[in-house]
Amino acid sequence: MVYLTRKAEFSASHYYHNPEFTPEENQRVFGKCNNANGHGHNYTLEVTVKGEVNPRSGFVVDLKQLKEILHSEVLEALDHRFLNKEVPEFAAQIPTTENLAIAIWRRLAPKLKAAQLHRVRVYETPDLFVDFYGEA
Amino acid sequence: MKAHLTRRYMFSASHRLHSDALSAEENRATYGKCNNPYGHGHNYALEVTVSGQVQPSTGMVCDLADLDDFVKREILDRFHLENLNTLPEFGGSVPTTETLCIALYDILQRGFTPAHLEKVRLEETMMNSFEYAGQGEPIH
Repeated sequence: MVYLTRKAEFSASHYYHNPEFTPEENQRVFGKCNNANGHGHNYTLEVTVKGEVNPRSGFVVDLKQLKEILHSEVLEALDHRFLNKEVPEFAAQIPTTENLAIAIWRRLAPKLKAAQLHRVRVYETPDLFVDFYGEA
Repeated sequence: MKAHLTRRYMFSASHRLHSDALSAEENRATYGKCNNPYGHGHNYALEVTVSGQVQPSTGMVCDLADLDDFVKREILDRFHLENLNTLPEFGGSVPTTETLCIALYDILQRGFTPAHLEKVRLEETMMNSFEYAGQGEPIH
């Protein structure tokens, strides 16, 4: 089994708000992230797939295909977007880095054929990242 | 839905690698320049990985401010700009980055309760790093 990681970057804005909380609770739990006008990050995404090396190609996965899937399923939807307003997953979910990693996993997992998705890692900043390994 | 969250912190400290159980020559042979009598320093990068269910009400594994507060109080305030050899964690043991990594894991494991501690990763320089996930636990 070999693991292969492809990196991508996207920039997006978001804010944290739970409509079931009072304004005071939202402020206490989410702090400055509760500002309704949003704020932005340069996100770095690392997608790791795993599989056996195909003896004919020497590949775990065709990197060109992986790059295309990343582009069409993730970057097109997230890059230069206001996550709360423009990405359907976040109409009813708070776009934290945790939920972003889960949403990206769900977008990618059904599209991958030859290789199996192992990990989605999302860096919100160089000092903070979330790993998601699937629905367990 | 379980996710892993990793936060990175920086601190600087000095140490000297020297074992009382070894002769002067053995210390020199084992630790080389790290055995120089007055010690030397590093900029350490600490990565703390915690895991847990993503809470539906907050979208978070745990409140990052809780982790930051704990690490600041229990680790950065105690280790940053200190000489590791003088700290109680290293009473009698050599403050290699291996033992420092285990000591930091133990502090988090004992005291940080809002999420499950998965592992600690510690960079001594840009060229080397150490990981510990508890006695006998494999690293993912």
